[in-house]
Formats: sequence, structure tokens, C-alpha cells
Amino acid sequence: MSDLTLDRPTRARTEPRLRRSHSVLPGFGLTLGLTLLWLSLVVLIPLAALFFKTAELSPSRIVAILSAARTLNALKISFGLALIAASVNLVLGAVIVWALVRYEFPGRRVLDALIDIPFALPTAVAGIALTTLYAENGWIGGWLAPLGIKVSFTPLGILVALIFIGLPFVVRTVQPVLEDLDHELEEAAATLGAGRWTTIRRVVLPAVLPAFLTGFALAFARAVGEYGSVIFIAGNLPNVSEIAPLLIVIRLEEFRYADATTIAATMLVASFLLLFVINGLQRWSESRTGRTS
Amino acid sequence: MSRPPIRSEPTAVKWTVIGLAALFIALFILLPLVNVFAQAFVKGWEAFGAAIIEPDALAAIELTLIVTAISVAANTAMGLVMAWAITKFSFPGKSFLITLVDLPFSVSPVVAGLVFVLLFGAQGYVGPWLADHDIRILFAWPGIALATIFVTFPFVARELIPLMQEQGTTEEEAAVTLGAAGWRVFSRVTLPNIKWALLYGVLLCNARAMGEFGAVSVVSGHVRGETNTLPLQVEILYNEYQFQASFAVASLLALLAIVTLLAKATLEARLGTGSRRH
Repeated sequence: MSDLTLDRPTRARTEPRLRRSHSVLPGFGLTLGLTLLWLSLVVLIPLAALFFKTAELSPSRIVAILSAARTLNALKISFGLALIAASVNLVLGAVIVWALVRYEFPGRRVLDALIDIPFALPTAVAGIALTTLYAENGWIGGWLAPLGIKVSFTPLGILVALIFIGLPFVVRTVQPVLEDLDHELEEAAATLGAGRWTTIRRVVLPAVLPAFLTGFALAFARAVGEYGSVIFIAGNLPNVSEIAPLLIVIRLEEFRYADATTIAATMLVASFLLLFVINGLQRWSESRTGRTS
Repeated sequence: MSRPPIRSEPTAVKWTVIGLAALFIALFILLPLVNVFAQAFVKGWEAFGAAIIEPDALAAIELTLIVTAISVAANTAMGLVMAWAITKFSFPGKSFLITLVDLPFSVSPVVAGLVFVLLFGAQGYVGPWLADHDIRILFAWPGIALATIFVTFPFVARELIPLMQEQGTTEEEAAVTLGAAGWRVFSRVTLPNIKWALLYGVLLCNARAMGEFGAVSVVSGHVRGETNTLPLQVEILYNEYQFQASFAVASLLALLAIVTLLAKATLEARLGTGSRRH
């Protein structure tokens, strides 16, 4: 996410404000008009249509749809597994970021470049690759099968896919903050007699914590709505391994528009709330480290 | 750069951390990518080639290229317009506008597809009118293009906005004072300053447009040879247990991902600081 800082009053006062009427640059009316038109046509009106369609339903209907066991289970699976996946990514991400930022070793640049693969690889491709990899005759699944661990076509498979797509969010959010961290703080702590572990826990961790939480929230938000990489590996058993986005697609194919729109509107409200939280976290992170992304 | 020893951990700890990091990346990220190519060539080059030049696969490639060209062109042009309006002028509600531009990133791809069904479908707000006038949007390329434009909406603008904000307006103001007209100011002053960031945004927009699955899946209707993009072709072949053919088509998209990452690394070197936004 880019910088979404609200204009802070202090900043607005100190900066020489370029008022619209005083700007000598051309095209304000034209470009702002086009911006609002384009934004409305492509994003705002379509999203508003979802809420209008949902609002056409009676409240009791909405409650009935959302409290149906299959809907509740799908939402539970999507949000629950997204939460676990984001937590796992926090741990994996911490190890990876520390290695990439703090150590010099052969192959560091290659590892760093590989982090972006989940961003660049289309989700359907990731989905079929992970499914084959973790199937009982797959490269990894073949090792796990004798241990009695089944991954593909189980909820564990969903978790693997969500870890895959979420990992770069944590790494890429924390990495620049750790890179910019002032050396002198750690040196001061060490000089004052703090052990290495104490220094990391008391000096480094508080500084990078907001970035970790932002990365966690970004990975979680992405995982909640994820579809392509999950549906191949999930097995898609209702109430067990059926994610909410898939249930929306199924209801749509059954022409049960009311169900599809209600579940979709619920997920959209959840993503708005998450966006709000992420913006807050980013502002906190920036104020903590003095860094503007 | 040699670091003061005070800031480092014991060698054993260091190599354990590096080893774990390498293991995680290899296991969770690299192996799936390698697996795509391994499965694509599991029956050799000939089977691979046959899967690619199969008519439905070629039709999917064609549709993907058309839809991507439309989406990238639209989002590049409008990304520049939005970035100009947002960064070169001051007006109330600007930060809220930036949030709205970023909004499509937080919407599930399936929801993004669904909203266009609600607008243009038979039960939708504009659907009946479109049917009366014999205009097809849903289950045809315009719907696929619209859904793709939605999910790739922020890519170009979000790369430009922070950079153009940083650069300010002094250079443009000087050009205007010297008598340059609007378009000339943009093409001679602004564009050279932002060209690498623009290219970066276009690159990411292009990769996502070609690979979009969820949103396109909802609006496409899955008509073989007609409304299937490459990712949808991958899905259909996979669900028909034509695994090798599916992975062969998927390997084209994986190749696109690799080329994108290589180009991205080159551009980041050009941009200097290493842009880490995603």
C-alpha cells in the first residue's frame, strides 16, 4: 500500500499551500474531472451496485443467508485460515528479512529477487503448481504421505496456498524499515551493557513492530479474498474446505444472486475495515520511524 | 561494508538464520515455480509444443493479449491523468481520493467480478437495456476487459503518485512561466522525470492483467476458444485431467512472471533507491 497519510494539520500549516486559484499549472479542472469520472465508472458505481442489490433484500433474509451453516463455515474458513497463514508469515518473514538485511552471504540477491514470485506468478498457476507439489505423489506430498500428513485437498492445503501468496507482503513491508534502522541505537544499547538478545528485543523489535503489524494486516487482507491459488488445492468440500469467495461463485452459478451478493457485501465491508486498520498502522509505522514510504 | 562486531550475532546463529531463510524461500516459493516447468515438460518438447499450438490455447493467448492491451492502455493513460490531478494541485479530500484509487487492491477478485454481473447481467441494473440493444458485455471480451481494468486500476497511479509528490511542481511552473503550453509541459518536463516509475507501473499492471483469474472467471462464461483467457484455459485443462497440457499453458504465464521480475530488478537499479512498493 502506498502512503495514505491524511493531511496532518501541522504539515498543512508549514507547507506553502498551493491554492488551486494560485496554481499556474494547467489542467486542474480537466484532470480532476476525468479522475472522478473514471474512478466512479470503474470502481465506485460497480461497488455501490453491490450494496444497492444487498439493500433490496429484507433484513431477515440477509440474516438468514449469513447465519446459514454453509455460509458461516465458509466465512470461518476464509477468515480463520487467513489469520493462521498471516501469523505463520510473520515468523517466516522475520527470519527471511533478518537474513536478507543483516547478513552478507553468497546468493543473497537471488533470494531477495525470489521473494516477489508470489506477486508475479498468476494465482491459477500457483494453484495448480502447489496442488501437484503437495499431492500424495508430488515432490513434497510424497515425503509427507508416509508420515500420515495429507495437504492437497484438505484445509491444510488452503493454508499452504495462503502462506505462499502472503509471504512477500510481510517481507517487503518490514525489509525497508529494518534497512533504515539507525545503527547507533543498537550500538548504544550494547555499550550500555545490554546483551545481543536484549538489544534485539528491547531496541530493534519496538522499532519494526508497526511494520510487522502492517505486513501482517496486508497478508491477512489478501488471504481473506484469495481465490485462484486456493480452489485447486482446497478440495472444496462444503463446510470443511470451501472458502467464502468460492461459495460466492457457486451461489452465482446456481442463480442465487441474493446469497452471492450478501456474502460478497459482507466480505467487502470486512476489506474496508481492514483497509482502515492498515492505513492507521502505516501512519503509526511512519511516525515511529520517521520514515515516509 | 564491514559492520562493527557489536551489531552481529554469533556465527552459528547467523548461518542458522541464513539456512532457514534459504530453506523457507526454496520450499514455499521456488519449488512451486520449478514444478510448473517440470510438469510442462514431463512428456517432452513435442507434447509441450502440441499443447501450446492447440487452437483453443492460441485463442486464449489472443484474447489475453487483446484484453491486456486494452487494460494496460486505459490504466496507463488514466493513471497519468489521476497522478497529475492528485500531485500537481492542492485541494481538499486529496488523501481520501488516494485511498479510493488504492481501493481495488483490497477487494477480493471474485467480488470484483460479481459487481459487473450485478450491473450487466440479465438480473442486473443495465442488463435488460443491453439485451434490448443487443450489446454483449458479460460473457464477452468487454466484460473481461472491464473486470481486468478494475483489478489493475491502482498499479500505474500508485507508482507515479509518491514520486510526483516528491518532485513537486517547481520545474513545471518554470516551464509555464517561460511560455510552454500544457501538453508541452507534460511531455517535455514531467514525462522525462517519471519515465522509469511509469514503466515500472506499466510492467506490474501488465503482469497482473495477463494473469488475472478470479475476477475474469466470474464474468467470462468460460466459452472455449471464445471467452477463455490463458489462466482460464489453464483451469479448464486441469479440471479435465489434461495436466501436462495445463502446465504447458501455465508455463507461458510463469515465463511472463520471470520476465517481469527480471525487468523489475533492472528498473529498480535504474530507479536507484530500489522501490519496494507492491
